[in-house]
Amino acid sequence: MAERRLRVLVGKPGLDGHDRGAKIIARAFRDAGFEVIYTGLHQTPEQIVSAAIQEDVDCVALSILSGAHNTLLPSVKELLVEKGAADIVLMAGGVIPEDDIPGLKKAGISEVFTPGTSTETIVEWVRTNVTPRA
Amino acid sequence: MTLAERVLDGDIRAAARLMRDIDDRFKSATDELKTLYPHTGNAYILGITGPPGAGKSTLVDQIIAAYRKKDLLVGVVAIDPTSPFSGGAILGDRIRMNRHADDAGVFIRSLATRGCLGGLSRSTMDVVNVMDAMGMDVIVVETVGVGQDEVDIVSTAHTTVVVMVPGMGDDIQAIKAGILEIGDVFVVNKADRDGADRTARELTAMLEMKHPEPEAWQPHVLKTEGCRGVGIDELIEEFTAHHTWLKESGALQRLIEERNAKIFTDTLRQELFDTVFGAISDSGMYRQILNGMRDRSLDPYTAVEEVLAGSAFS
Repeated sequence: MAERRLRVLVGKPGLDGHDRGAKIIARAFRDAGFEVIYTGLHQTPEQIVSAAIQEDVDCVALSILSGAHNTLLPSVKELLVEKGAADIVLMAGGVIPEDDIPGLKKAGISEVFTPGTSTETIVEWVRTNVTPRA
Repeated sequence: MTLAERVLDGDIRAAARLMRDIDDRFKSATDELKTLYPHTGNAYILGITGPPGAGKSTLVDQIIAAYRKKDLLVGVVAIDPTSPFSGGAILGDRIRMNRHADDAGVFIRSLATRGCLGGLSRSTMDVVNVMDAMGMDVIVVETVGVGQDEVDIVSTAHTTVVVMVPGMGDDIQAIKAGILEIGDVFVVNKADRDGADRTARELTAMLEMKHPEPEAWQPHVLKTEGCRGVGIDELIEEFTAHHTWLKESGALQRLIEERNAKIFTDTLRQELFDTVFGAISDSGMYRQILNGMRDRSLDPYTAVEEVLAGSAFS
C-alpha cells in the first residue's frame, strides 16, 4: 500500500527566460512516473530552496542558460545545507562549459548535463542516483 | 521527537515530510495525525474550483497576498492531475504563486490527484489538517481544473469559490447540475475580456432562479482580473461576509457535524475494507471465491454474505 513516488523540483534560477529545456525535462520526468513540481522562470535560490523543502522533493533539477551557473548553483547548494536539507540531490543542466563542471561538482552539484544529452540518460541518472526517502 | 511533535514545534521540514508520508499512505502517518488532531479545527478553509485555465492559481496568488497584508498565516494546497499512463504529474500551480515561497508566513504544497476523481487527492483533508495544526489562519485549497461534476471540494472547505471565465457557454450551462450548485461565491475572472458582463449577468440570473430561503446565504457574482489584482479586496470582503454568516447562523456547526460524520464513515469504510480484504486474501478465501465465480457455482452476493458471516459483525 505504501509506496514512495519520486518528487522532483524543476526550476530556472536567475534572469534567463528560456524554459524550453526545463519543460522538456519536466515532461520526460512526468512520463517516467515522477511527480514534478515546476516552479517556472526567474527564481531566486531562496525561492527554489523554500519550495523544495515545502514540497519535500528528493531532487532539485535546475536548468540554466544564462552563464551565471557558477554563482547560482553553489548558492542553491549552500542554502539547502543551511536549511538542513543537504540530503536533497541537486543536479543541473544547460549551457555550461566543460571546464566549469569539476568546480560545480566540488561545490556539491551532483551532476551537470550539457546540450545534446538525451532525456533517457537524464531520467536514468535520476533513477540510479536519487532514492526517495525511506 | 516524533514528526507530529516537530510539526507542533514549528518545524517546516517535519511538516513537509509528514505530508509526504500521508500522500504515500504510510501507516506511520496515521499515528502522527492522531497526535495532531486535537490541534486542528482552527483554520478557515477556502476552496477554489473552476475549469482549467480559469485563473485559479493566479487568484490564489492574489488571495495569499491579501491575507498576508492582514498578517494572517496562509497555507495552500494546490492539486493538479496525475497522468493515467505513467503515474507521473506536472504540478505547475506554484508557478503563479512562487513569489510567496520565501515568505515564512506562507506554506504551499502541491499534490497530484493520484487517480482520485472528485477534483482533490485522497490526502487533501489530512494535509489540510497538518497545515491547521501548524497554525495557519487561512488554508486555501485549489482543486484540479474541473469540468461539471467534480464537487468534493464542498466537503472540505468552509467557503467554496467557483471561478469562471467569459465565453464558456450559454445560460443553459449555468443551470445544469454540478459545480454551479456548490459555490458560496462566484467569480468571473479575466473580467477585462469580452463577454464578462454577460457571463456575470447569466450567473446572477441562474442564482436568482433558486427560491430564496430567508435564512440562507445568497451567493453573489464578483468580477476579478487575477493578474492585475482587480477586484481582490472585494473578494476577500465577500469571504469574510460568508465566514461571518456561517458562524452567526449556526451553519458552521452543521457543516462541521456533517463533515465529521463523512470523515468518520469514509475512514471506517476504508479500514473495514482493508481489514476484511486483507484477511480473506491471506486466508485464501478470496482465491476460492474467484474460482467459484469462474464456474458460476458461487455468486458474488452469497460470497460477501459468507465473508461477513465469518467476521465479528454479523
